[in-house]
Amino acid sequence: MNIAKPNSYRSGPDERGHFGIFGGRFVAETLMPLILDLEKAYTEAKADPAFQAEMDGYLKNYVGRPSPLYFAERLTEHLGGAKIYLKREELNHTGSHKVNNVLGQIMLARRMGKKRIIAETGAGQHGVATATLCARFGLECIVYMGAVDVERQQQNVIRMEMLGATVMPVQSGTRTLKDAMNEALRDWVTNVHNTFYCIGTVAGPHPYPTLVRDFQSIIGNETKAQMQEIEGRLPDSLVACIGGGSNAMGLFHPFLDDSTVEIFGVEAAGHGLTQLHAASIAGGRPGVLHGNRTYLLMDADGQIQDAHSISAGLDYPGIGPEHSWLHEIGRVNYLSATDDEALAAFQLLSKLEGIIPALEPAHAIAKVMELAPKRPKDHLMVVNLSGRGDKDVPQVGDILKGKSK
Amino acid sequence: MTTRIDTRFAELKKQGRSAFVTYVMAGDPDLTTSLEIVKALPKAGSDVIELGIPFTDPMADGPSIQAAGLRALKNGTTLKKTLELVRGFRKDDNVTPLVLMGYYNPIYIYGVDKFLADAKTSGVDGLIIVDLPPEEDEELCIPALKAGLNFIRLATPTTDDKRLPAVLSNTSGFVYYVSIAGITGAAAADATAVGEAVARIKRHTNLPICVGFGIRTPEAARAIAEKADGSVVGTALVDALKNSLDADGHATAKTVSAVAELTAALAKGVRGAQQAAE
Ligand SMILES: Cc1ncc(COP(=O)(O)O)c(C=O)c1O
Repeated sequence: MNIAKPNSYRSGPDERGHFGIFGGRFVAETLMPLILDLEKAYTEAKADPAFQAEMDGYLKNYVGRPSPLYFAERLTEHLGGAKIYLKREELNHTGSHKVNNVLGQIMLARRMGKKRIIAETGAGQHGVATATLCARFGLECIVYMGAVDVERQQQNVIRMEMLGATVMPVQSGTRTLKDAMNEALRDWVTNVHNTFYCIGTVAGPHPYPTLVRDFQSIIGNETKAQMQEIEGRLPDSLVACIGGGSNAMGLFHPFLDDSTVEIFGVEAAGHGLTQLHAASIAGGRPGVLHGNRTYLLMDADGQIQDAHSISAGLDYPGIGPEHSWLHEIGRVNYLSATDDEALAAFQLLSKLEGIIPALEPAHAIAKVMELAPKRPKDHLMVVNLSGRGDKDVPQVGDILKGKSK
Repeated sequence: MTTRIDTRFAELKKQGRSAFVTYVMAGDPDLTTSLEIVKALPKAGSDVIELGIPFTDPMADGPSIQAAGLRALKNGTTLKKTLELVRGFRKDDNVTPLVLMGYYNPIYIYGVDKFLADAKTSGVDGLIIVDLPPEEDEELCIPALKAGLNFIRLATPTTDDKRLPAVLSNTSGFVYYVSIAGITGAAAADATAVGEAVARIKRHTNLPICVGFGIRTPEAARAIAEKADGSVVGTALVDALKNSLDADGHATAKTVSAVAELTAALAKGVRGAQQAAE
């Protein structure tokens, strides 16, 4: 076959922040100067060994990295196929992968002299990570969260408040993550002079998708080294869930040029792809929102549609632009799992491995349940266990009680 | 190419008068009432009309304008129907400049070339697309200029002298100076600061400069009119419209007149400015 392939899947974006046709900088003029400043600050930080050294120190002693790569023996036996490894991001301080990115952005904010930090959050994990690092470095922290999510993720709201952050419930639009992002952008436009916007996933205007990806790539880089040490070779496949896509991009990116590695991203199919869901690639098309061009859920007139997922962290009508590109170019396979499939996977992993996953990575586990049995026993499969399920225990408990009645 | 916008600002300059620019949302609260409102605006003293394209996620707008957009969408407004509304307006008015203001996604989904052709034949004169900075000029700005439409760029307090030339380079019609770093409907701008900003931008361009965001009263409009080539009022008109609706959000007998009366009062304020300045 002579389909033109890029020399490297890892070289993007171009200098204007494009991955193919995706990405870019679609923001109000008020924000442009700040986004250009951020890009400059990030370029300088990347070239400064002191910046990396400081981050490494906090990653090791504050976040608790490296996170283990754990052989899930009982899950493997149960599924009867591929050898399944879990990348234990749920063991990080604050309980998810979000902290990797927030640490990086807070270090940047400090370099830029910003004292006020804003963030948007769905499940609350990104909000908790941001509140945590703001507490650690004595920065003011404001977290926008859809009013619906404030209801279903009470525990994380309380955590953020204990950490000294102000949680702002967002009543506009669908009152979920996309509206929290709109509200954060409005705050930023209003307080552009002293405020740093800490975005929680690989989306938004350039350079956010790139810098978040870079900060999360520690997941894939560690996985590579750990797999080398345990099995003496590369894994054969990678699986991760996708909300905006940051935990997935963090795991995938270091492997994109390893052509033997199959890669699977799992979107939230909610009640099913023909009903309410949050699968932007499976059910959307390219459009422009929140500063970038990417796959979005929308109607025929370009109006953004409501996303739905049992998991507040996946309930977003878009996906990071680099994923849209990887989909169109065919390097990554995008699948989806329904609410019910995620719930079943949540219970299976809890019972077999003694690990209660967040509902988000439960979507990835759901697809592992399908993929692993079809692979040979020497196939090495890595699943990103992006977060722990503490935040979801009350919600899942209620659902299971309701079901057993 | 000379557009209705160019002609209007040339006339106003001759008269020594600052422009009064009104913003309303297309299809708010419904398409029929909206057309009547747009028709009433020039009669009430509006020199230039900005017509909002409704969008679900207007990230630079405040609650009033977002709610107006959602009302319009709920009642079936689409981009196609917005263009039909413009066509309806043009049946009786072939001189008042009309600018569409909104976000890029509905246009991108409509198809840029088709949109520009349809906008032109409907009688649209210019575009203000909030989320297309000069860095994304190839998307719509350059094709719009080629299609004979003005592309009006926003300049803001964060646009410094270094960046201004980039912002102004492909701008035509007029420059829209956003008087505050913030969203629509937020705090009022300080007229002295606006005067300084307008003088700063004038050093870089000969285009007229209109100032918007935070102007609500005839007095405020008058203070801005003394400093700039035009003042833009949006949220105050949208609020007047909203306050005229019944409990279910439907138009009442007062809806069109509520917008027209406030427009007339503001227009009088703006016109008073020139007389006072003479
Ligand atoms: C544990 C966990 N995993 C995954 C996600 C989804 O985000 P992303 O796709 O950016 O990793 C979230 C978001 O809140 C999360 O909390």
